[in-house]
Amino acid sequence: MILLLQTAIRCSAAFIYGCLGEIVTEKSGHLNLGIPGIMCSGVAGGCLGVSVYMRSLQDPALASYIMIVLVGVLGAFLFAAALGAIYALLTVSLKCNQNITGLALTTFGGGFAQVVMDNFVKTSDSITRVNFSIASSKIASPLPFAENLGWFGQLFFSYGILVYLAIALAIVTAIIFNRTKIGLRLRAVGENPAAADAVGVRVNAYKYGAILIGAGIAGIGGFFYVMDVVQGLYESSGPIEAIGWLAIALVIFTLWKPNLAIIGSILFGALYMLPSFLDVPSQIVNALLTMVPYVATVVVLIVISVLDSKENQPPASLGLNYFREDR
Amino acid sequence: MDNQKVTVKEPLFHVAKRDNLKTKYKVLIYACAIILALVIGSITCTVIGDRGNPIVFFSSLFNGALGSERKIFKFLKDTSLLLCVSMALLPAFKMKFWNLGANGQILVGGLAAIACMWYMGRGTNGAISDTVIIICSVIASMVAGAIWAVIPAIFKALFNTNESLFTLMMNYIAQSLVLLMIAIWVQGTGKTTLPEINYGHLPILFGKREILTILMGAVITSAMFAYLKFSKQGYELSLVGDSQNTARYTGINVKKVIIRTLIVSGAICGIVGLLLTAGAVTPTIGTNTANNMGFTAIMTTWLGGSNPLFIAGTCALVSFVNNGMSEVKTNFGIQSDVYANVVIGIVYFLIIACAFLVQYKVTLRKKKKQAKENGFLNGEDKKEVK
Repeated sequence: MILLLQTAIRCSAAFIYGCLGEIVTEKSGHLNLGIPGIMCSGVAGGCLGVSVYMRSLQDPALASYIMIVLVGVLGAFLFAAALGAIYALLTVSLKCNQNITGLALTTFGGGFAQVVMDNFVKTSDSITRVNFSIASSKIASPLPFAENLGWFGQLFFSYGILVYLAIALAIVTAIIFNRTKIGLRLRAVGENPAAADAVGVRVNAYKYGAILIGAGIAGIGGFFYVMDVVQGLYESSGPIEAIGWLAIALVIFTLWKPNLAIIGSILFGALYMLPSFLDVPSQIVNALLTMVPYVATVVVLIVISVLDSKENQPPASLGLNYFREDR
Repeated sequence: MDNQKVTVKEPLFHVAKRDNLKTKYKVLIYACAIILALVIGSITCTVIGDRGNPIVFFSSLFNGALGSERKIFKFLKDTSLLLCVSMALLPAFKMKFWNLGANGQILVGGLAAIACMWYMGRGTNGAISDTVIIICSVIASMVAGAIWAVIPAIFKALFNTNESLFTLMMNYIAQSLVLLMIAIWVQGTGKTTLPEINYGHLPILFGKREILTILMGAVITSAMFAYLKFSKQGYELSLVGDSQNTARYTGINVKKVIIRTLIVSGAICGIVGLLLTAGAVTPTIGTNTANNMGFTAIMTTWLGGSNPLFIAGTCALVSFVNNGMSEVKTNFGIQSDVYANVVIGIVYFLIIACAFLVQYKVTLRKKKKQAKENGFLNGEDKKEVK
């Protein structure tokens, strides 16, 4: 039971990053369906960074912990934000349709990640395999005092640094949204850009900022999944895209609230990992379990629209582009 | 008092909405974008491939897509399948209903057809004639697709539930439903995939399996064109898309129109599912049966505007690049299939960006010289704040 919970929490970080990135983007009024592609691109960037760094060393076993984490996270953030920049350019400046742009980004991102991984990271190379298993063991290494605390330590301190970063980011985002001027303005941009513009908020700057930062955060999620959850073994972009779509579902499930995203992610993480914990592997039960997160999301979506309470709605101008000269 | 001067600067670009651009220019803009995208794609492939050059890229692309009779038929089949899905999405889009769930609707349509073949054909060991099975699976797949589309539509009509997120989720529920049904059917046999079913296949017309699909594409496209252009229902749904309030004032029952349109949309997707399962060489089903056509069709439909002819063009373009890339892949020594997505992604980006040029007019800031002549620089355009 503790093992399941532990795995769920570990896996949940991938969902937290993806979901958080999408929440930040959606708060600015942009529905980014490119998150799966952006997460793939994050994988490409992070792995490229780690691989370049490890290859530059004489002995990869001596690679420093801080550098690996730093290079990986930075690479993932930058590559993902670059794709986010394409999305922002097309939807904010050129006012193109958001759904279409997002889907195109997802198509592009999966292929792009594969190209980078095959040709520049060279995942099939034996050197890369060794390097990545070293890197992933460093990234996933638990906090030093976890072993001394029994089950308590196992449950709360046995994760790699990126899990804590995810939770911290979610809390910080929640505080920024609800307690700061920037958060208030960002929400205003997402609810009613014309009104925000009239008050003097620089609508496009906020939109660009939210989309780039959101994409970057989501990209870290992809990198985390490859390095921590599957221990550095990258085969194809398929599972990462699946996580991306689940992350979009999670945004609805958690009602656009970053702090709820932590709990929701752990729940989704548990559902995602549950099939491998069953004693008797049954195809029927597995199929039913894969259905649960999506059905739950649909139910939440219906309930919030039926209740129609003002607090739990999507940002009012979600999916609509803002053109100043429109009435 | 300080002498600080604040100059009010005109922005570098001025963007304004365009009135209707002539079709000639529209086509020109899009053609330029496609050629530019393919050139970028050719350079990308040259960089990532082991061999080959941009000229080989174009010849391989043509060869791969249209090089032989078999390839031409595959190209036509892929195009018309995509066209069918696009035609399913078109009425929903005209109504401004974001149906992102075509993947799921195709999948349940296929699942229904397979279920008919499984229970009525395999279950009775062929006691029921193929004709009956085919009729049943046609009806079942249309109904299944329609049900999958109408669930989000009902909630949209009654509670204004966000349809793009709802239909998106329905895709994945359909996928798990397929997994579930396969698991039930193969239970106890130790297999994980469905064996092919040899009952109730769709007929092969004129000696070519692809011809039925191609005919369906032509029939559905012309029917949809007529439905949207000449029928009262087509007028009603485009009015709902333009303005729900106007539609309500004219006495149109908006809820009814939303639900009815999505039934049509889902039923066509169901037929595509039928063609993909019962019409295939080896009739079976898996979670990838829809081959992401639902998403691809969203893009072809939107990029083609609401004109079926343009949509046919974008569908042809996408299947052309898709099929051609397999040849490019071998000629350039590229390992993975997914690489085609990079080139297709670039094509999408550039075409999407073109929509901006079609809809908006961009004028550069007036040049200084001109401004001086007009006397703007000396006073009028500069405002001093004391």
